[in-house]
Amino acid sequence: MASEIKQTVLHLSDHLPILQVVVPMLIAPIIVIFNNRLIAWLLSFFGTIICLIISVALMWATADGSVLTYFLGGWVPPVGIEYRIDAANSILLFLISVISVIVMFFSSNALISEVPKEKHTLFYACFLLCLTGLLGVVATADIFNVFVFLEISSLSTYVLVAQGSYVDRRALSASFNYLIMGTIGATFFVIGIGFIYMATGSLNMMDISERALELGNNRTIQAGFAFIIVGMGLKLAMVPLHIWLPNAYSFAPTVVTCFLAATATKVALYVLIRFVFSVFNYQYGFVSEIFLFLLMPLGIIAMIVGSVIAIFKQNLKKLLAYSSLAQIGYMVLGLSLLSEKGLSASLVHMVNHGFTKAALFMALGAFIINTKNPYLSSIKGLGKAMPLTSAAFVVGGLSLIGVPGTAGFISKWLLIEAVLEAGYWVVAVAILVSSLFAVIYIWKIVEVLYFNEKPENHGELSFYLVSPIWILALFCIFLGLNTGLTVDIANMAAEILF
Amino acid sequence: MKHHLILKVITKFMVGVIILFGLYVQFHGDYSPGGGFQAGVIIAAAFILYGIVMGLETVQKVVPIWIAQKGAAIGVLLYALTGVFSVVFGYEFLNYAAISPEHPKHGQHYGIIIVELGVGITVSFVMIAIYYSFADRTPRLDDNEW
Repeated sequence: MASEIKQTVLHLSDHLPILQVVVPMLIAPIIVIFNNRLIAWLLSFFGTIICLIISVALMWATADGSVLTYFLGGWVPPVGIEYRIDAANSILLFLISVISVIVMFFSSNALISEVPKEKHTLFYACFLLCLTGLLGVVATADIFNVFVFLEISSLSTYVLVAQGSYVDRRALSASFNYLIMGTIGATFFVIGIGFIYMATGSLNMMDISERALELGNNRTIQAGFAFIIVGMGLKLAMVPLHIWLPNAYSFAPTVVTCFLAATATKVALYVLIRFVFSVFNYQYGFVSEIFLFLLMPLGIIAMIVGSVIAIFKQNLKKLLAYSSLAQIGYMVLGLSLLSEKGLSASLVHMVNHGFTKAALFMALGAFIINTKNPYLSSIKGLGKAMPLTSAAFVVGGLSLIGVPGTAGFISKWLLIEAVLEAGYWVVAVAILVSSLFAVIYIWKIVEVLYFNEKPENHGELSFYLVSPIWILALFCIFLGLNTGLTVDIANMAAEILF
Repeated sequence: MKHHLILKVITKFMVGVIILFGLYVQFHGDYSPGGGFQAGVIIAAAFILYGIVMGLETVQKVVPIWIAQKGAAIGVLLYALTGVFSVVFGYEFLNYAAISPEHPKHGQHYGIIIVELGVGITVSFVMIAIYYSFADRTPRLDDNEW
């Protein structure tokens, strides 16, 4: 009974882990009730800013390696749901919150070009629910709660992707494809949870890891692990399971693409990391063999194939989407090393790539507002007509390639260091080759942007559209020069998880 | 469906009974089988039956689309605000003991009723909204075209 716990009065600071998730969830229905476009945007923006403040406070509190726990409804863990914030998830909460604030600011002017006015209220409500889901997945320490939040975020994502249908009807089939694949993924995931529950009788991550240790080499748990790998592989677009991603990213409204590319796949990868290190024992031969012989080759294939396909794409949104596949390959590779350095590289790359890809997609979205289509031929000479946006795109591109002084350099450096530490020379070469491919497809765009005649009918966009793009671009540079925020926290997180 | 007199009369009779049963399931959910989700589906079934027999326009006079939309939001809000209530009074989120601090057990009881009410409202309006969006898609058939 809850009443048997000694009740101490909690203060606002004790509630931060739950408020992080509840604030956007509370605002979403309020928006629907008011059903006014301006109020909807104001409340959403306000809500995302509160989320950001909370996430910064949480990161502050966990930066020294301490762990915050919160018992929902006062029920103590194996029975009740526990929220658990440590360095690993506080950095992701921060990433999601920052991106949501910037995207929300961008959407105030950008959304109108893609989604009709009367749909905006429901759009923002969906966006906030998606945010709730992503934050919830990261904050919780209860595996069934992970599934529930994953579904909240996925279901609202399908709706958000389908909003692109006002510009291009193919968004509907892209969204439907994503729905089918995402639902299969979620089903595999919940079957995996079922197996784990069957074997251990618990849903709390810490509790499961203790009980699984006692069980030793248990077939049921191994089957559960296999199901969860496949389910999460679908959600994070690991290479053979990635077919939903390019279409979903390229037909969704820019605002949605920005947000998803920066957060959704990273959250799925985070879930995988959590399960490997906090729930299962990664030292089992079973887990390490899967990682070495399955995830590592898949990661390398993603890196190479994603980049090569990106080179040949004329649709720029698709180009960036395939480049996302390649970047997910880097993260999977870092994770598959099962070493502290590899994990920390993977976490850093999640954050750095989140900012980089958001900047690129947002700049591309700004081009599309002018040109009305995402093809390479239509952005000819925009480097002269839209100097600020184009410069931000170049900064993002440099960060994607991994030029020193940008965020991408830091994470690729860490990844290569981790790979070399493990002794895989060939893999390090593959990373470099993939980066060279990135040079090719980024240069292809830069060439078209700058080495063409200035088009006459396009001009620079308003301050409200350009400033969020530049905030993201500056993040790319800042994270490349000051690694205190990302690398130190990721190292701390890797230490905690190991 | 002008000529289906029996269906219409039976439906008018049954709608009340179904809603009554829905309310029974709703408010006895904490001690007997049932609860907000089941009750919400049952109550929505009453409206959907009415819509199928009497026509979409008639049922939309009773529950317009905007009510269905906002009703769904109000249910979620009721659930979430119950949690926030506990937070405001210094308890954990959704700790129902906050509702009646002297008798935490009573608080648990009240809390579950309020939360289940929120679930019931949301589920029934969402079900109705789903029915509306499906029924609205094809042009409606005239009676003579059956």
